[in-house]
Amino acid sequence: MATTTSSDHHLPKQGWYKRNEIAITPWLFLIPGMLMFAIYVIYPIIQSFNISLYKWNGLGTLADNAKYVGLANYEKLLFRDGKFETALINNLKWLILYLLAIPAGLLIAIFLNQTVRGIRLYKSMFFFPFVISQVVVGLVFTWFYDPQYGLFNGIIGIFGIEPVNILGDRNLATYGVIAAGLWPQTAYCMILYLTGLNAVDPEQVEAARLDGAKGHKMLWYVIIPQLKPATFIAFVVTIIGALRSFDLISVMTNGGPFGKSTLVLSFYMYEKALGEFGLKMGYAAAIAVVLFLIMLVFIGYFLWSMYQDEKAAKH
Amino acid sequence: MFPKPIEKSSRQWQIGYQVLLPFAMLLWLAPLIAVALFSIRPDADFSTGNYWGIPSSFEFFTNYGQVINSAMPRYILNSFMITLPTMVGAVALSCMTGFALGVYKFRGNLLIFFMFIAGNFIPFQILMVPVRDLTLDMGLYNTKTGLVLFHIAFQTGFCTLFMRNFIRALPFELIEAARVEGIAEWRIFWYVVLPLMRPAIAALCVLIFTFIWNDYFWAIVLTTGENAQPVTAGITSFNAQFRAMYHLMSAGSLIAALPPVIIFFLLQRHFIAGLTLGAVK
Repeated sequence: MATTTSSDHHLPKQGWYKRNEIAITPWLFLIPGMLMFAIYVIYPIIQSFNISLYKWNGLGTLADNAKYVGLANYEKLLFRDGKFETALINNLKWLILYLLAIPAGLLIAIFLNQTVRGIRLYKSMFFFPFVISQVVVGLVFTWFYDPQYGLFNGIIGIFGIEPVNILGDRNLATYGVIAAGLWPQTAYCMILYLTGLNAVDPEQVEAARLDGAKGHKMLWYVIIPQLKPATFIAFVVTIIGALRSFDLISVMTNGGPFGKSTLVLSFYMYEKALGEFGLKMGYAAAIAVVLFLIMLVFIGYFLWSMYQDEKAAKH
Repeated sequence: MFPKPIEKSSRQWQIGYQVLLPFAMLLWLAPLIAVALFSIRPDADFSTGNYWGIPSSFEFFTNYGQVINSAMPRYILNSFMITLPTMVGAVALSCMTGFALGVYKFRGNLLIFFMFIAGNFIPFQILMVPVRDLTLDMGLYNTKTGLVLFHIAFQTGFCTLFMRNFIRALPFELIEAARVEGIAEWRIFWYVVLPLMRPAIAALCVLIFTFIWNDYFWAIVLTTGENAQPVTAGITSFNAQFRAMYHLMSAGSLIAALPPVIIFFLLQRHFIAGLTLGAVK
């Protein structure tokens, strides 16, 4: 107990804990959370990297029952796996098309940003799809698209178009699933922008109005710059949502039709590990690592942006 | 205010807007309304091809009664028994981590904070095989506890982000004043900071409830049977049991989706505060 830094000199009678209270307390508060996070998140990431170097059916332990194969899983994945290629392309479609949720959300937010009677209820109803689980959204859209009794074909039938079996068509199925995903995602972006629009500085808007700005010019040069924080969050949650897409595919198409038309990396990985012809844990882990690395590019960018904000906040 | 308030425009515009609103809403919710209409039709309507006409009879009680007599209530109970402990656990842990990261300056503070954020953004699949293994090893596979433990750990990342930013925005003078009075740090947490965190706690509770209730991926990775599966996973077995009986499947789906919807309508303000991560005021 002979820690005698200069600041301790005038507090000789207090105990060690009392003297170091400010330094120790944060760690005591952090331990439970960090421990859980390390066990269930950090360590499994490292383990997945390790497992991806083995051929393993998931039984027993990695040390006893798995065969070390080096980078063979990755080699097969990148050069000899047509399904992986399809999944990767579909992931790209998801990423690009999912971003439509951001402008769509902004449009609906602008449409609803009024103070007429009952508007709160309308806002809630537009937000509604986000509260429902993706499993139910998936079921709802599966029925919506049904070629026999679905509302979708009922509507296009009015215009004399023959019924289309969207989820059974190898070229359309992925777009059908993405459209279902856009429904709740647009609702999410809408609510972000509605809160953002509330915070727009009314004086700036008035000043711009006096200068003759209106309509899309006002939107582009005055409003959108002020909505930057909302746009950032919308961007983050939409990118993550796109790369995480799993539930809808699982419920609506199960990766099909034709075995792979709507595959994305997250679903393909699950299929390899726990699907019908699964128990290829090493191979599945390799797919997960690829997905993780793609995500890491975005995570890196998000963290960098947040770091800039932190630095700015300090000054 | 943007766009220009509708009251300031012409009478025609105002009426046009008021008329457009309900139509836009019906269009937006059409897929869901369709399912709600399915759920009150009799079985016979589907075999006679009467999908969109007036139902030949209203079978609300028959259809929903059959859902209540299936395994659905069991799944819903499981969902509650998974969701509520997770909510309490994750919020409690993140109150502590958020306090530590928001109040104290120490080496590694920002690094730990960013680790929590990054962990929250990763794809679940990178955790799947090891977490499933870990759960099996602990003998918690196909139990609610196994699912709860994982959810608490994972949600702590998101909750820490939220709590830390919230605590940062509190007036720091309060904490300094308490320190000058010689109050112990843990008492400052309990008596000074925690009461001020009530809005954040409410927002997170509502949000975590919805997230966990709607989880599907971990439900199918870590559980298999009726005794542990939450309703998102249970609905698939329910649908397999009532294959092609659309009136029952749609009634079941609506019931499965109901609890977060109720919570949302009751506690909307908290919900939205949580979703915007406290970053958009």
